[in-house]
Amino acid sequence: MDIHMENILDHWRNPRNSGIMKDADIIFSDSNPLCGDEIKMQLKVKNNNIKEVKFLGRGCSISQAAADLLSDYVKDKNLNDIKNIKNEEMIKMLGIEIGPVRIKCALLGLFALKKGIYLKEGIKMEDSNLNGQITN
Amino acid sequence: MLNAEKIKKEFPILSKGLIYLDNAATTQKPYQVINSMKDYYENYNANVHRGVYRIAVEATEKYEEAHRVIAKFINALPNEVIFTKNTTEAINLVAYSLGMKLKKGDEVVISLMEHHSNFVPWQQICKLTNAVLRIIPIDENGNLKDFEKHINKNTKIVSITHASNVLGTINPVKEIIKKAHEVNAIAIIDGAQSVPHFDVDVKDLDCDFLAFSGHKMLGPMGIGVLYGKQEILKEMKPFIYGGDMIKEVNINDTKFNEIPWKFEAGTPNVSGAIGLIEAVNYLKRLEMNNVFSHTQQLIKYFLETSSEITNLKAYGPKEKNGLVSFKLGRLHPHDMSAFLDELNIAIRGGHMCAQPLVNFLGEAAVARASFYVYNTKEDVDKLVKGLKKVKGVFKV
Repeated sequence: MDIHMENILDHWRNPRNSGIMKDADIIFSDSNPLCGDEIKMQLKVKNNNIKEVKFLGRGCSISQAAADLLSDYVKDKNLNDIKNIKNEEMIKMLGIEIGPVRIKCALLGLFALKKGIYLKEGIKMEDSNLNGQITN
Repeated sequence: MLNAEKIKKEFPILSKGLIYLDNAATTQKPYQVINSMKDYYENYNANVHRGVYRIAVEATEKYEEAHRVIAKFINALPNEVIFTKNTTEAINLVAYSLGMKLKKGDEVVISLMEHHSNFVPWQQICKLTNAVLRIIPIDENGNLKDFEKHINKNTKIVSITHASNVLGTINPVKEIIKKAHEVNAIAIIDGAQSVPHFDVDVKDLDCDFLAFSGHKMLGPMGIGVLYGKQEILKEMKPFIYGGDMIKEVNINDTKFNEIPWKFEAGTPNVSGAIGLIEAVNYLKRLEMNNVFSHTQQLIKYFLETSSEITNLKAYGPKEKNGLVSFKLGRLHPHDMSAFLDELNIAIRGGHMCAQPLVNFLGEAAVARASFYVYNTKEDVDKLVKGLKKVKGVFKV
């Protein structure tokens, strides 16, 4: 088995950042109706920087591992920088080839995170506003 | 049992080692079907019911023959067979033509195990007309629960699937139709999963309508069938207006054509109808009782050989039609399906276009292996071996 796939399965089996966060500053839930993947992103924010990240979810290995990897990636990052994370960055973190069918699984956590940050600023974002960079 | 090894050789797509187990979604096509359509396009492609030149006459004759062949297959009259795009369009035809006449307080009865194609049209028509949508629940074995309790004097339409595309349940449609007729309701049967698998006789069932798709029974995509009793069809308003469905058009009004043409507006899918003739001929040669017993044996063999896989849970009643839906621990069916794809095995994972049912099962998605005439025991062996591999890799 591919080492990157091993890594994904490891994050799926033993997520490092999964759990309930009390007193979160930003909470946003999103789902993919087609596959039933669900992700809830929870953030603690200080001075516009992310201090803590936890996610709750259920679904396929790619959606869950992506959310877990993303949680590590965005810690201590500025909210505005997170808005600019490209879809390719997320796919690079996963390290495997993501076909058109699974792209929504891979990006579910990232989209939930961005939508949550935008909503905190009073802006309601749809997938169509966020997926401009999807290439396939 | 059918000689599936031999049958498989007649399907070009299966010659490259593909183990195709998503037959409830669509079936593969034999040379016989593909060649008949190629022959039409290469030798007598012309529009029907119009030209007087030879190939136009030939195309028209063939298109009308398709109505006769399908009619005979389900024991109907040729003018009771309407070609549509698929089952969904067939059900929408009835929903818009008859359903729009519903009034406040009228009731439409469907069930929790309907495919979206027999769920959403009625849900929406009921919203438009203020009619009540009643949904027959299912029990823990995956059978309809007390259907008779939901059919009453206010019931105007009963639309039920003959066989579930998720659970494999074969519903007691004959009794349901009888009950519907006792209260003068129209009975519609969604035959998308039944007509491809066993003999369906509309006279015996006494259904008012039967809808099914060509592509789930070896035929091409884009051709579906709506059977309707001629006395009802004659009274019904068309669903789509345009060419070929008219007898005479004046500036102020139009006289509509005879049935079934009144319901087939516009240039029809002639090549699809021709392909469907050959699909039906193919199935008739195999004989439907053999088709049914073949998939029965594959289901039984799959359940037996997969029983040693712990955490594999199959859904639905003991007696299943053509398919088994299942789950393997907490593994998402898309992960399972993607992994099996690496082994050249195609199974379905998802909500199967039956979200209300899959949610009732407590899942967002399930996996489904569905069988047809070309599937062999060896295919099942490969699937079970693949599932064991998946289980090992994902440790579920």
